[in-house]
Amino acid sequence: MSKSIHLTLKVWRQKGPQDKGYFETHQANDISTEMSFLEMLDVVNEQLSLEGKEPIAFDNDCREGICGMCGAVINGRPHGALKGTTLCQLHMRHFKDGDVIAIEPFRAMAFKVIKDLVVDRSPLEKIIQAGGYISVTTGGAQDANAIPVPQEKAELAMDAAQCIGCGACVAACPNASAMLFASAKISQMALLPQGRPEAARRAIAMVREMDAQGFGNCSNETECEAECPKEISITNIARLNREFFKAHFGSSIK
Amino acid sequence: MLLDGKVPAGSLKDKWDRHRFELKLVNPANKRKFDIIVVGTGLAGGSAAATLAELGYNVKSFCFQDSPRRAHSIAAQGGINAAKNYPNDGDSIWRLFYDTIKGGDFRAREANVYRLAQVSNNIIDHCVAQGIPFAREYGGLLANRSFGGAQVSRTFYARGQTGQQLLLGAYSSLMRQVAMGKVTMYPRREMLDLVLVKGHAKGIVVRNLINGQLERHAADAVVLATGGYGNVFFLSTNAMGSNVTAAYRAYLKGAFFANPCFTQIHPTCIPVHGTYQSKLTLMSESLRNDGRVWVPKKPGDTRPPHQIPESERDYYLERKYPSFGNLVPRDVASRNAKAQCDENKGVGDTRLAVYLDFEDAIKRDGKDVIARKYGNLFQMYEKITGEDPYTTPMMIYPAVHYTMGGLWVDYNLMSNVPGLFVIGEANFSDHGANRLGASALMQGLADGYFVLPYTIGGYLTSAPKLDLNTSQAEFEASEKATRERVDKLLGIQGKRTVDDFHRHLGLILWDHCGMSRNNAGLEKARGMIQELRDEFWKNVKVPGSAADFNQSLERAGRVADFLEFAELLLDDALARQESCGGHFNEAYQTEENEALRNDEDFCHVAAWEFKGHGQAPELHKEPLTFENVQLTQRSYK
Repeated sequence: MSKSIHLTLKVWRQKGPQDKGYFETHQANDISTEMSFLEMLDVVNEQLSLEGKEPIAFDNDCREGICGMCGAVINGRPHGALKGTTLCQLHMRHFKDGDVIAIEPFRAMAFKVIKDLVVDRSPLEKIIQAGGYISVTTGGAQDANAIPVPQEKAELAMDAAQCIGCGACVAACPNASAMLFASAKISQMALLPQGRPEAARRAIAMVREMDAQGFGNCSNETECEAECPKEISITNIARLNREFFKAHFGSSIK
Repeated sequence: MLLDGKVPAGSLKDKWDRHRFELKLVNPANKRKFDIIVVGTGLAGGSAAATLAELGYNVKSFCFQDSPRRAHSIAAQGGINAAKNYPNDGDSIWRLFYDTIKGGDFRAREANVYRLAQVSNNIIDHCVAQGIPFAREYGGLLANRSFGGAQVSRTFYARGQTGQQLLLGAYSSLMRQVAMGKVTMYPRREMLDLVLVKGHAKGIVVRNLINGQLERHAADAVVLATGGYGNVFFLSTNAMGSNVTAAYRAYLKGAFFANPCFTQIHPTCIPVHGTYQSKLTLMSESLRNDGRVWVPKKPGDTRPPHQIPESERDYYLERKYPSFGNLVPRDVASRNAKAQCDENKGVGDTRLAVYLDFEDAIKRDGKDVIARKYGNLFQMYEKITGEDPYTTPMMIYPAVHYTMGGLWVDYNLMSNVPGLFVIGEANFSDHGANRLGASALMQGLADGYFVLPYTIGGYLTSAPKLDLNTSQAEFEASEKATRERVDKLLGIQGKRTVDDFHRHLGLILWDHCGMSRNNAGLEKARGMIQELRDEFWKNVKVPGSAADFNQSLERAGRVADFLEFAELLLDDALARQESCGGHFNEAYQTEENEALRNDEDFCHVAAWEFKGHGQAPELHKEPLTFENVQLTQRSYK
């Protein structure tokens, strides 16, 4: 059964990357507990629009937890406090009448703020461009069943492939490291036979690009795993480390 | 005017192979002299951009999100069909072709569909080579499962996230080409106009969504892979940003729009839970293998489900369709759910839902078996509704999901506008009046990996190589018109928000052009939409400015186009006086309430040409001839 609650929002407003930014207080009244968090923001924005004020800017698209576009820090937790849930999947039944909710963008030196809650996550894309692919040209592939893949490896690869590229791991990490993100893609490909030919080059190149983009180093804080909405495991980071050392000491890749 | 699909001669099985030989090739060293624009980065757009770049073309790729990996193909759940016949259960290219043609209710072009089935196997091979983590059997080979409307197990999948994995595969290939300098990526850009030079598509005007600047881009050919128009109904399973603008702008420049009334409504989605609802979430079709659909027998019965005894429950699908039961086709299941709710037997707070109950399946097979089959779906349901489908029946309701209609294309996937290619859900071609499950993923990748890269060469070698630069008059005019439109939207400063208009539009279309249509309702809707559109241009309030990140302005432009496009959809629905697939006109049904086709008068593609604002569009027909299959009445016996 749905209830109606009233909330106080403290939302981060920032006009552009050079703007200092500040917290702005908004009342969100008569919010149905059946609403999603983003629908609640829609309601606040409709009101702001009608009042001739600037609505709160926030990224979103699928509103199903799979595209990775949405994301904000809610009371200090990327995507909010619910485990394995993206911001768009968070529903208002997890809040109480009278709650004060702080809403901020994902913060990292590598993630420039574009406006309000919208940040630039293109540094993550640069990491993928450095090696998050298998170099195969369309058309030449052999039969799909030519190379069997042990089921356990296929499942682990799929677990790693869950990454939606939202950047919550970066926002959660005290060092703003992108290791969980990089390790997810590297692991997916390291576990599959198709990824082995380039494994060494991939590991070195992606880690190097991660550093170049201004992400921090990993000191095993494990907050990334705690906050990841797809519950990606830090064993992937361990795997990345192994791949990296193997590449560094055991291959001719510089 | 009768349209020619340019289907090659010869036997169906040989057409594509012969055509590829007959298509003129672009010399490898010459490919780098050609620039190609690809708008949209979903399965079709991403795969096309990557493959064209691999071949050596210079590609400019555009998307309105912050990254190509956000395209809504990412949300597809079910799986991808291919005619591999690994399970040895009788599948073949011919059977996949036949199932798809029949599933489309005999309103698709035979040759295109055969080609789709033919390249389906190549798609799976390529995806595995890209490192896509498909599900596997213990022996290490690929797993298959069954899907709606097929009697063979031909669907390859990656848990319930196949679309995500296929898209990320194409995305990875695209990123490789970006790193190599063969693709220039333009994210956060929305295409707002198509530019024609000497009648050929030679460029686009886009708006930079961060700073509001309009940009002109020129190329030797333009490819639209901009998805479907389901969001014209406001509530759909589409992403928030999905829109018809790119395709509609092409239509205004002369590209024919085909069969817009062929919209697909999926029966099992999480119902609307309030007036603020922003979108609908799909629950995979596979659930109906084990769930039983029912409503209370008594209208207005508000008792919780556990308090309603068996004798007072109506398992209406099992009752009306004894042989197919809960697994009737999507359009039938959808129409029946609506009918029950119209008779006030709906359940839930809004009374617009029916039950999908797993109690019997759990009693029969045990919770563990059900959890293994549907675990992630049950979890998704619980996150959204707060209810546990293991202990209480799921509530579901039909929702707009896919659009079979789209810009008209010939066998080369080229529109009637030379140089304009359309691929994926944005084109009309392969699914006829109803798309089968697990075939959208197949079509997007077929178009992008294995069809367009060949056919575009045929155009490039024959088209005049124009000396293009973006300061030409045509680009100037297009940018000017776009700027005026943007300024106009901002200048109105009325009293109703964009979303309010969008919601209203969606309701009109859902009520009068949804699962069940009739001539009076369609006419009425047309009048209502004209009124709404007039009011929009006098009373919409768009806050903020043009030279800024302004999401309200983005939505305003998309809704303005939806308000025009909606009328074209209604025109098409009214022109097609028959029922087929997703288009059900109450006046044409069999005794068993099934769609009654009129093959004599309507076995054609209805392609519409824009003739000017305020004027009726002109209808061009492409007659559909079926030389290889026999037209039959779809039967569920």
